[in-house]
Amino acid sequence: MAISLEKPWISSERVNEVLAGHMGVFQLANDNEQTIFIGFAGGKSRGGLKHEVAEMLATFPNAESFRYEITTSYWSRFKELMALHWAEHKSYPQLNNRTQVGRISPTTTGAD
Amino acid sequence: MDLSLTQEQEMIIGLVRRFVREEILPLELKLDPDADALDAADRDRLISKTKEMGLYGLDIPPEYGGPDIDLVTRTLIAVEMSQHRAGLYAPCYGVFGGAGLAQLFEATEEQKDKYLYPTLRGEKRGFFGLSEPSGGSDPARAIQTKAVRDGDNWIINGSKLWISGADRADFGLVFARTDSSKGRNGVTCFIVDTDTPGFHVRRIVHTLRSAHYATELQFENMVVPERNILGELNKGFAIANDRLTRQRIPYAAGCIGVAIKAQEMALEYVPQRETFGAPLSSRQAIQWMLVDNDIDIKQSLWIVLEAAEKAQRGDPFRKEAAMAKLVATEAGGRVVDRCMQMFGGLGVAKDLPLERWFREMRIRRIGEGPSEVQRHVIARELLGSSLR
Repeated sequence: MAISLEKPWISSERVNEVLAGHMGVFQLANDNEQTIFIGFAGGKSRGGLKHEVAEMLATFPNAESFRYEITTSYWSRFKELMALHWAEHKSYPQLNNRTQVGRISPTTTGAD
Repeated sequence: MDLSLTQEQEMIIGLVRRFVREEILPLELKLDPDADALDAADRDRLISKTKEMGLYGLDIPPEYGGPDIDLVTRTLIAVEMSQHRAGLYAPCYGVFGGAGLAQLFEATEEQKDKYLYPTLRGEKRGFFGLSEPSGGSDPARAIQTKAVRDGDNWIINGSKLWISGADRADFGLVFARTDSSKGRNGVTCFIVDTDTPGFHVRRIVHTLRSAHYATELQFENMVVPERNILGELNKGFAIANDRLTRQRIPYAAGCIGVAIKAQEMALEYVPQRETFGAPLSSRQAIQWMLVDNDIDIKQSLWIVLEAAEKAQRGDPFRKEAAMAKLVATEAGGRVVDRCMQMFGGLGVAKDLPLERWFREMRIRRIGEGPSEVQRHVIARELLGSSLR
């Protein structure tokens, strides 16, 4: 089972066209397609993914693109994406505050 | 049979009830509806308070610094502690502390120094690794993780599923088969450091419960020293079984707490909410739901307290614990479901905690042994040897 968010990046200009008010998780990338922020639209979000992604894109001018996943399990999925980022880069995304998340070490044996 | 609470019990329960209402509920309003943790500053502040109250580390035996409160009172406290949004899986967000992995109280002194005491001081976290992809309700047969002796070490290979907290843990109790010819007498419990090469948290398992999620583990040629065996070689099943039985009482108590809170919310709501010119509370359909809730809560509370009382006395309580788990988890589910119905659309919205309780309560009928296994345990106790 894939645990990374590996969908193609979408230009920041397409937020209003692509996103709606769903709950879910998202990533923002810089112009090198490096993940610089991981966020979620949770149960308290007023406008769901559309609102959260737009707000974060406005907050971080170096964010050029985004990708997302609609899910009601946004809390565990967010933590998973953060843990996975740590496993791959030994750091959290540049624009995330230090967040206490767990460690994941996905193996190749029998996985996916 | 005296069913009334002692003065001391009433005082302690009153303290916890006030704590939940004055400290936990206001903080929870600011958190994400699925959150399972407080900010570090709030957590530390509230831990100081529970320590001042003399109620920190409730399940820690007094000889290890616990407050020496009997199991019946602790069960009543558990009912109170769960009466908030995150209360089912994160009662009071852990600020009352816990015993960690109670099995470590039976560890060697060396093991206690390395694992138990740091856990009690809040410096280390552990996980309980029993269930596997092959099953969790029948560990004697389902455990396929294997440990093979290699000099003074054991080499462990296999996997675990539905393990809570492993991705944030420093160590865990891992049950592995050490003698495949002996069934339940061929399982050993190992204390495993999570930084051991070959230890992998392969993924988070997303379920109805977004907070306090489960993980899948994989062990690849993980080397664990002989001195890390907890208890005796091939005697791990008794450790697992004892844990499963004891855990059923607080597990059931949490369900009752949530049911009580849901019912309290419904009782406040239905006199205010009008439909077709009359308050909901005037409708017989609603009244019957409230009555059924009250009966469900009361029945399950007494059954859980009976199990706690029997365990406290030191009597066998396997049947009573199974009954408590079975009745409370099923009753809790019904109560929350009826309350959602009374609240209508609001009941399924994240504005209220009902939808989270509904999702999490559904898991309760499966976790820690599903209802069918509890019935099986009870049937075995009733029928005894005639069943075999």
